[in-house]
Order: sequence, then C-alpha cells, then structure tokens
Amino acid sequence: MSDDNDDLVLSNLNDADLCEQMMDDLYDGLKEEIEEGVRILLDRDWTPYDILTKSLVAGMQIVGNDFRDGILFVPEVLKAAQAMKGGMFILKPLLVETGAPKMGKMVIGTVKGDIHDIGKNLVAMMMEGAGFEIIDLGINTEASEYIGTAEAEGADIIGMSALLTTTMPYMKTVIESLKSQGLRDKYIVLCGGAPLNEEFGRAIGADAYCDDAAIAVETAKRLIAARQPQA
Amino acid sequence: MSAHSDISDEALRERGLVRFGAGKTLVIACGALAREVLALIEANGLSHLTLTCLPAILHNTPDKITPAVEATILKHRADYDHILVAYGDCGTGGQLFDLCKKYGAQMIDAPHCYSFFEGSEVFAARGEVTSFYLTDFLARQFDAFVWRPLGLDRYPDLLEMYFGNYEKLVYLAQTEDADLTATAQTCAQRLGLAFERRVTGYGDLDRFLTP
Repeated sequence: MSDDNDDLVLSNLNDADLCEQMMDDLYDGLKEEIEEGVRILLDRDWTPYDILTKSLVAGMQIVGNDFRDGILFVPEVLKAAQAMKGGMFILKPLLVETGAPKMGKMVIGTVKGDIHDIGKNLVAMMMEGAGFEIIDLGINTEASEYIGTAEAEGADIIGMSALLTTTMPYMKTVIESLKSQGLRDKYIVLCGGAPLNEEFGRAIGADAYCDDAAIAVETAKRLIAARQPQA
Repeated sequence: MSAHSDISDEALRERGLVRFGAGKTLVIACGALAREVLALIEANGLSHLTLTCLPAILHNTPDKITPAVEATILKHRADYDHILVAYGDCGTGGQLFDLCKKYGAQMIDAPHCYSFFEGSEVFAARGEVTSFYLTDFLARQFDAFVWRPLGLDRYPDLLEMYFGNYEKLVYLAQTEDADLTATAQTCAQRLGLAFERRVTGYGDLDRFLTP
C-alpha cells in the first residue's frame, strides 16, 4: 500500500479521502501521520468514537486480514499497532469524556511463568478499539490476580494468553480455580497464543480459543450478546 | 565434523538434510540439530542410525512442524525398523507428541532443544522466565532466525516490544568455540540483554540417540 506520499498534505484531504489515507498510513505503520490525521478529524468536529471506528479500527481490520492471509507478517502488524496506539493515546481520554458505547469489561493477562505479551497487547488494543474496557494485568499473571481483579472490577470476560507450551497448561489452573470458587459461569473465558488451538481451548474448559486479535473481538462481542436478555 | 563439514548452515536452515547413514533406525531431526546428531553418531559409533533433517527454519513456524514430520514418517516408515524424532515440543502445543504416539515413534520429552541440551530436569528446575536462549546453531544463525524474521533489521524500534520483558541471553554452548561465544555475546548486546554462557554439551540428545 506504500505510495510515494511525501508531498501529501493530510489537512488538504476531504474527510473520506483522509480516512482512506489514514487506513493506508496505519497499514504502513506511520505513527506520526496517524496522530496528525486524528488531530485533523478532531478539529473537524468528528467524534472520537467515529475517528476510532472509521479510521483506526477499520484500518487495523485490513491489517489483521492481511496477516491472516499471509500478506503481512508480525513486524508489519506491530508497526501498524504502534501507529494505532499513537492515535488511541490521543482519543482515549476523549472517548471517556464523550461517553462512547461500552461493550463490556475484560481482564486480560499473560499467564504465570510467561513474559510474552505481544499477542496479549494486540488483543487488548483491538478490544479497546471495539469498545471494551480493558484491565491489563500484564505478564506472569497468577490465577488469584485474574479472579480477584475480575471480581473487584465486575468484569465480563477473563482473557488469558500464553506463548509457551510449558505455560499454556496454567490456563486450566485458572479455570479450575474459577470452578472451585463457584465463579466459572460468571465469566466468559477466552484463551489465545501461538501454541494453542481450538481443541486445547475446549479441553481446558474455556468458552473459546481465539486465533488472533480480530477473532477475539468478534468472539467477545458474540458471547457478550448471547448473555444479554432476549427482548 | 570431518565427514560433514561441507554441509552449510544455510542448507540446513532452508532444506534440511536428505539422508546420512545406512542404519535401520531413522532419526528425523530439526536441521538445527544436524551437526550435533552427526557428531554423536561419529563419536559413539551409532551405525544403526540414519539421519534425515527437516529445514531448521520451521523453528519459526511451529504449526508447520507436525505436518512436515508426519509427511517424513509416512515417506520412510516402510524402510526402517524404528523412528526417532529429534525434536522437543517446539511450540507445537502437544501436537508433535500426539503424532509420534500415533506412529509409535519416540521423541524427546522436552519443550525445546534449549531444554534437552541443558537437560530437561535441570532446565525446568531453573524456572527461568526472563531468559532468551541460543544454541550453537542459533548463535551462528542469529540474523536468519531472530533478527530478520522479527523485522529488527528494518524496524529497530520494535526491539523493546519483543525483548522488553527479557533480562538476559543465555548461550547454551554445545562446543568450545571462542569465536562463537563472541558472536553470542554480540547477539546479547544487540538485544540489549545481559549475557551468560553455559556449556551443556549435547545433554539429553546423547541419551536419546544412544541405545
């Protein structure tokens, strides 16, 4: 998607072209351009929620699809994520002020014994972009931290990530701990990470295994909707 | 290494090794272990073994390891009495273990080659969470396996995202090689990590191959 846009002046573009350009810039991992685009749209009285969904989230969805299809690779996805993070940093306080729609609350962390947080951070960012409130417990997370925080914060979802074959079994420990406290059905439990698969997710008793950040968002939305009382 | 010094790391990385030896036990190994397996065959006179290696670069795409091992088992199993799979779990999430069980092949009970070089019990007991490991092969192939695939040649600013939670690089040395130690130390510096060298020799790989 990289064109020679050195002379492009973002503020000269109309709204539709600017959104398109921002999606391109996100794809190319251009953080400064994204930040500039966000500020321009704010100056044009766009709501923070519209900027988030119509430029950043829409752009990251293209990035996610191309990653899934083997067109983009991890470094490029991380550059795009860096760029989105730059835009989110500007928008986040404004989203709170303007009362953007809330989808639910998620406690997320990389499991005990594991320090790999790239996938977890991507999921957290995309979930936040989709309107979920995120409480990020970081890395090396104990079952008591997941459960204690979910209880204290009134979370809807517990999300667990692991990169190592040796640490992924800890997810079952967390779920067993939920069960022993009679809390398993209170939470949607999602799991993800490179060595995991659907079969593992089922085996440990998670509600779903999520192959990537976009699937995590779709799955969370679907499972939250399924818990809503029918009209 | 005399008989195989003409095998290049690049070939082991991209293509693996077609076949070495004429024994009735087939060793299907990661290309990253080829030199070590060959050294053990020579040192211990393991003439009952035949070695074939899959491309070592599969290390970076663990989801491809199990299908590749299965294809190799199916291709060769009629010609051999036993099959040994010289891999750890290597990020396959237990799938390689299940595959070996299905075909009656033996594999190394370890999460990774780092673990079985050091000795899986010792490795597990250390419980190191914040260490990044290199072996002899990975030290030699650091750019091809780590630096370039992670995009650090193009985007050095991603270093913190990848390695910010790590504290040290542990070089598990199979051989005494001052130049390779210096290379591994440079790798640690490039990643911004402390450096530690541990001489492991061939660890559990030796016991796995020797009847």
